[in-house]
Amino acid sequence: MFRRSGGHCVATFAHDEVRVLRKVAAEVVGLLTDGMDHTDPVVSRLFPDIYPDLPEDSQEFRLYTEGDLKSSKIDQAGAILAALPDEGEGEVRLDGEAAEAWLRAINDARLAMGTRLEIQADTDLSDELDQAVLEDAGSSRVFQLSVYAYLGYLQESLLNALPEID
Amino acid sequence: MVGMALPQVAPVETPEIQEVPAEDRPWVTIVWDDPVNLMSYVTWVFQKLFGYSKEKAERLMMDVHTKGKAVVSIGARERMEMDANQLHGYGLWATVDRG
Repeated sequence: MFRRSGGHCVATFAHDEVRVLRKVAAEVVGLLTDGMDHTDPVVSRLFPDIYPDLPEDSQEFRLYTEGDLKSSKIDQAGAILAALPDEGEGEVRLDGEAAEAWLRAINDARLAMGTRLEIQADTDLSDELDQAVLEDAGSSRVFQLSVYAYLGYLQESLLNALPEID
Repeated sequence: MVGMALPQVAPVETPEIQEVPAEDRPWVTIVWDDPVNLMSYVTWVFQKLFGYSKEKAERLMMDVHTKGKAVVSIGARERMEMDANQLHGYGLWATVDRG
């Protein structure tokens, strides 16, 4: 988890955390670089229609803006990959700009995972995880839910480690 | 939205939008509630992107959370489109409409 150290946000990641974060960031990059399917709920969550009742206006706006939006999301996820050690454990030190990129990228990853996991407003994450463990402790859903919860705590810790904006 | 800890703020009512003919009304950027974004993150985005005070940003965040949506900026159509697009960059669910 992140803490504040001088002007930086600093975290020490264990081997498993580095592996998981690299995997998550690479998955976001993959999702954005493969031909994007706008019928995929994850894609429509990351690139919402700007005019929900005017599909043609939304489409026209998308035409002009989606390329840049996609590139910035890829760059954000790239900032995670760039700051992490290639493998093994290690410390990450983020300046203000890198911390912002991490926050945005962690958020994109959580949106993608949360959509796939069908997280709802009333979802209790620990109940959901208990249930999934009971069904099959080794399932992909157990892993995905754990990573999703972990990313939430990581994002919160990074927000708390940022200097106050006011 | 979800919170890791409850923020120490109370919801405050949004200003009423007056009834004026549609063509004279300015455009608005609306942020919608979603089950993934952290309350603290949404507050930070409003501060960062719009330069709002922490108090105003938290009030807007609570409006989104409790009422399902909130108007976060008002102005010319192109400006609202830019705001919504930037909010999408932060992963918030934003749309543009007439006020």
